[in-house]
Amino acid sequence: MQVNDNKDFQPLIVAFCCNWCSYAGADLSGTNRLNYPTNVKIIRVPCSCRVNPMFILRAFQRGADGVILCGCHPGDCHYTSGNYFTRRRMTLLFSMLDFLGIERDRTRVEWVSAAEGAKFAATMNEFTEAVRKLGPNRRLEDLRCRKQ
Amino acid sequence: MQKAMIEKAKQLLADGTVNRVIGWKRGEFAYDITPALFENAEELEKDFVFDDFTAANVSKYLVKESRKEGKVLAFLKPCDTYSLNQLTKEHRVDRENIYVIGIPGGPKLDIEKIKAKGITGVLSVKNEDFTLKIETLYGEETMPYYEAVLDKCASCKSKMHVTYDELMGEEGEVLESSRFDMVEKLENMSSQERYDFWRSELSKCIRCNACRNVCPACTCENCVFDNPKSGIDNKAPADSFEENLFHIIRAFHVAGRCTDCGECSRVCPQHIPLHLLNRKFIKDINALYGEYQAGADTTSRAPLNDYTTDDCEASVVHERGVE
Repeated sequence: MQVNDNKDFQPLIVAFCCNWCSYAGADLSGTNRLNYPTNVKIIRVPCSCRVNPMFILRAFQRGADGVILCGCHPGDCHYTSGNYFTRRRMTLLFSMLDFLGIERDRTRVEWVSAAEGAKFAATMNEFTEAVRKLGPNRRLEDLRCRKQ
Repeated sequence: MQKAMIEKAKQLLADGTVNRVIGWKRGEFAYDITPALFENAEELEKDFVFDDFTAANVSKYLVKESRKEGKVLAFLKPCDTYSLNQLTKEHRVDRENIYVIGIPGGPKLDIEKIKAKGITGVLSVKNEDFTLKIETLYGEETMPYYEAVLDKCASCKSKMHVTYDELMGEEGEVLESSRFDMVEKLENMSSQERYDFWRSELSKCIRCNACRNVCPACTCENCVFDNPKSGIDNKAPADSFEENLFHIIRAFHVAGRCTDCGECSRVCPQHIPLHLLNRKFIKDINALYGEYQAGADTTSRAPLNDYTTDDCEASVVHERGVE
């Protein structure tokens, strides 16, 4: 177990952002000159519902230390109901990852609208810190993909 | 029972109701029983078996069989009827083309549990008043019947047939089962202990794909694990990640559709308790989205094809249980 705060550790965070809300939210946080860590790599998806459980696992395989999925607030989905399906799917997936003993704080779902640039930056700051405390992802990594 | 079933099948073949029968036949050993197709009375007389080892769920074979010419007769145990009903609901089988005879389930035996008692060279197994009389190459052995029952039967959820055209024997009922006990036990462990448990289990996986191939819910013609571009097709897991990936995705793809027939663990040559993964999903679905038994009916919406606007957020996972 990691006991220190891993101050020097730079986690890799993959953020899946829906095209209609969260990606625009990230854009807004940029135009507002709000800071969020450079550890966060954004992948734009048409809808949070596009994210297959395999994507999340693949991100961990390729070296992510935390994966966050951002979508429109429930009720605001551009495709009416996509994020409701995401919500059920991800709840079950995260619960399964937890069941297999993978640290539950490495995964998160957050609803960020296009007007919530500040929320986007705050969420990313907070999530990156949480993952930094956990240390490198060792339980769900592919050794062949490890750097150095 | 076996005799009555053969008679029934012969009669239905003779009067033209069906033109073939799905049942079981003996393999190399007495306990080595495999599903088989019978087309005439002679074959039935010669090979048809129904005994304490006929645990295989034949519902999945009906996906292909029900699309052929003429009706097929299937003998289904209660757990198999759940699988068939689920397939009917997903339009994977043509129910019109299947003549289902419901047969009693009865706990089936697990040869591995007999072998685990140190009994080897098994020639035949007879059940007399819940004591197994086992004839072996080295003489006769006995053991209590209930110690040799398959795990999936020991935690049976229902003895009721949810679909049938005809019933042999008496109708049972849905049981109060203890099937989530082991899942709960794991949930109460620490994250590290759970991780260690699953590492020791999943690292045994040889990716034989038996769990996928036997699963009556896994009926995709093109499976994601056969995709040559996926990098994980037709090969043994290279490291712990690939083991986790296969088992998480396999269980996830049947989440909400798994009827908990327990075939995955039964066929696993490495004895990995795979049904625990499926049961975890079933338990979560029951707890979060309301009680749901896949295959119990053919009209309701599957939990992952459905939603309500006030579903819980994914953060419930972070809030409960031990870390």
